[in-house]
Amino acid sequence: MNSQKPTRDGADGMDSRRTIEIVRAGLRRRQAAEKRFRLYGLLAILLGLVFLSVLFVSIVGNGYSAFAQTYVRLPVYFDAAVIDPEGTRDPETLGSADYAGLVKASLREMFPAVTERGERRALYGIISNGAGFELRDRVLGDPALIGTRQDVWLVADDEIDMLVKGRVDRTLPELDRRVKDDQIGWVDRLDAEGRVEKRFNTNFFLAGDSRDPELAGIRGALVGSLYTLLLTLALSFPIGVAAAVYLEEFAPRNRITDLIEVNINNLAAVPSIVFGLLGLAVFINFFGIPRSSPLVGALVLTLLVLPTIIIASRAALKSVPPSIREAALGVGASPMQTVIYHVLPLAMPGMLTGTIIGMAHALGETAPLLMIGMVAFIVSIPAGVFDPATVLPVQIFLWADSPERAFVEKTSAAIAVLLAFLILMNAVAVILRKRFERRW
Amino acid sequence: MQTSMLIVVLLILSSIAFYLGRRRAFAVARGRARNLHSLPSYYGYYVALWCGLPALLVAGLWFSAEDAIITRMLVDNLPPEVRSLEPGRVDLVLNDIHNLVNGNITSREPDAAMLAAADHYRQLRATSHAALSVVALALAIVAGTFSLTRIRPEHRARNAVERIVMALLIACSSIAILTTVGIVLSVLFESLRFFQTISLFEFLFSPQWSPQTALRADQVGSSGAFGAVPLFAGTLLISFIAMAVAVPIGLLSAIYLSEYAGRRLRASVKPLLEILAGVPTVVYGFFAALVVAPMIRDAGLSLGLDVASESALAAGLVMGIMIIPFVSSLSDDVINAVPQSLRDGAYGLGATRSETVRKVILPAALPGIVGGILLAASRAIGETMIVVMAAGMAANLTANPLEAVTTVTVQIVTLLTGDQEFDSPKTLAAFALGLVLFVVTLLLNIFALHIVRKYREQYE
Repeated sequence: MNSQKPTRDGADGMDSRRTIEIVRAGLRRRQAAEKRFRLYGLLAILLGLVFLSVLFVSIVGNGYSAFAQTYVRLPVYFDAAVIDPEGTRDPETLGSADYAGLVKASLREMFPAVTERGERRALYGIISNGAGFELRDRVLGDPALIGTRQDVWLVADDEIDMLVKGRVDRTLPELDRRVKDDQIGWVDRLDAEGRVEKRFNTNFFLAGDSRDPELAGIRGALVGSLYTLLLTLALSFPIGVAAAVYLEEFAPRNRITDLIEVNINNLAAVPSIVFGLLGLAVFINFFGIPRSSPLVGALVLTLLVLPTIIIASRAALKSVPPSIREAALGVGASPMQTVIYHVLPLAMPGMLTGTIIGMAHALGETAPLLMIGMVAFIVSIPAGVFDPATVLPVQIFLWADSPERAFVEKTSAAIAVLLAFLILMNAVAVILRKRFERRW
Repeated sequence: MQTSMLIVVLLILSSIAFYLGRRRAFAVARGRARNLHSLPSYYGYYVALWCGLPALLVAGLWFSAEDAIITRMLVDNLPPEVRSLEPGRVDLVLNDIHNLVNGNITSREPDAAMLAAADHYRQLRATSHAALSVVALALAIVAGTFSLTRIRPEHRARNAVERIVMALLIACSSIAILTTVGIVLSVLFESLRFFQTISLFEFLFSPQWSPQTALRADQVGSSGAFGAVPLFAGTLLISFIAMAVAVPIGLLSAIYLSEYAGRRLRASVKPLLEILAGVPTVVYGFFAALVVAPMIRDAGLSLGLDVASESALAAGLVMGIMIIPFVSSLSDDVINAVPQSLRDGAYGLGATRSETVRKVILPAALPGIVGGILLAASRAIGETMIVVMAAGMAANLTANPLEAVTTVTVQIVTLLTGDQEFDSPKTLAAFALGLVLFVVTLLLNIFALHIVRKYREQYE
């Protein structure tokens, strides 16, 4: 458009032709600029999509292997002299015996050439620290095992697991690796004998947190997330709907309701960590609700997602046409009856969609929960809303901080599980909206 | 009686009350519902609400006051040598007693006096719970019976029930205000206590931040410095990088999607980009620390640059990715709100599409876009997990994006995670930082929402 140079001296034929020429001359440049601009737009979108796919590929690529776990088959002699020296079969004696010793004895038997102390320790390191507990559970379940020799599949140590999964670079100098040359040799020998196998990692879904990556699982975090989320839902849905109904259907337009509206809009944009500070100061220090419990987590998350739910519910109420209300009022329903029996059912799908999206937000929230102490290292599975617990995103944060190589894999897998839940929830919301959305 | 048990019993009582109320309504109307003022079930609700609500309210108040009163009684009963200790020490003892009662590990071997106190506590708590059960149940029955006797055919049960429901609705919507008040009060009170030890001036303008306070009076080199300037600078640096990534990408993709893209492309690309906003921030943090930071460091090394492993660039870049959908969907709304007549006018003058966008649509949409960008900026300033996981802890005052900086949110998290006493300036500093964060984001939000609303009104 820069081409519209004014033709100051009179408007005759010569000049108008010149204008056209000028426009034509600039046309190529302008069209090139048009193409460039279009390209920038496409590039921006492409870049966004590339970021998205790199994010997902790197998470899945790092995490998929955590769903398998390396097991080693060892011939274990359930030595009666170790497990039950007096032959009483008393569960207490059986429970406190030295099962880790049995594993070590079995390893010594398989590799008799290893005699030096340091080497032996490296040898024992092939098998997880949790193998003893596995044997104990077996013996407690079936005391007839005592005195027999069984081939038992035992969980390998996390470093060996990494080695078997090909995540350890064997060409590195020995000092730069956590897995030593000797260990690689032993594992290769075991592998050649068919004693090493990768299996589906049930432990990952059934165990609580642990310092040993091969024993760590997400069950504690999943249960904690479940309690927290259910409680959040039970609190935020009724409160959110009630608030939306009042503000949309009954509230007089005055200063106070304006203030509430501005408030809700602002709360929706307050950083989540500030809600954590509120939870710490008010719920924990003032009301004395137990720290780290799903209860206090749910209270904080309720306040956090309430604006989302209220805003979505109000939009849903607004989309119900006034004719519905007028008809109900016309046949003699009270305003409250009109809302409860006629408007609410029609607005419910929209409210539920908003609530599910709010819940998905709550499921992924981490920062405010750090403030209220849900970062503690908790091994046990929480049994109620007052027990100390952690949630899935916080578990991810904790594992991401751990130095072991194997935790990278676990973290990615936990993220994959979290993302799967989020995608599921959002898909449900989309389906709900598609299925029940009514255009009036 | 257990708390949950009490609530269940109250609910059962209420349902019985509903049934009785309805039956009584039929009885007083001699079986003909048309003699009643309201529908019969409203009489049921009326009695049920009278039965359940007062008892639940009393139980709620009881629980919020119970702990303080019991603790008070416990302190009065402690041996005099414990009571004469300074308040902080008494709190420690009380803490141990609490732990003992709940079966947790105590900080030291419990002695006879503590065991006795724990027993005493347990006893008091049991008495209190029993008393509560009796009071609540009695109240439920008395109030229920009373309301039952008030049922007459001309009694306006519906109006009464609707009044109660309306009060509940109002209470629910005032929670939004209570939340804001709660945030302001909780952050403000602790901040005021902080500013009693550290001056406001030092906090806002001193460039020294090292919040390690001395545990003993004679400790060397840990007096603690609370000048938050490096934190503010770090927050601004990272947010600036994030905006530098998010604004061009978000804005250009919004323009493309609303002005160029066909229906199908728009329908498939928009939700994909929105996924970026739904990914939890802890995932971005992990991504930044695991993938982006090493990548930037390697790239820097190959260029001969010295890049910190927790560089501001990595955190800012990933934060920018997170914010792209905020910018793009807000700008998309705004661009779509520009009236078609403006576009048609520009096309009629012979402008190309890009010229229309740049010379007509963008200027018309500018206030709205600026508002959206400000909202996104407030998001970047308050974002926590990405910076906690990918930015550093050291408070460097630098504008170099390749160095490690720390932010306000990172410091809040580091100061408040883990166990620590609640009164030290170290923890109080977190609340002062929270106050600054809250005020800054609040101002940004109010300003941005104001601009966006004003802009919207302009074209409506």
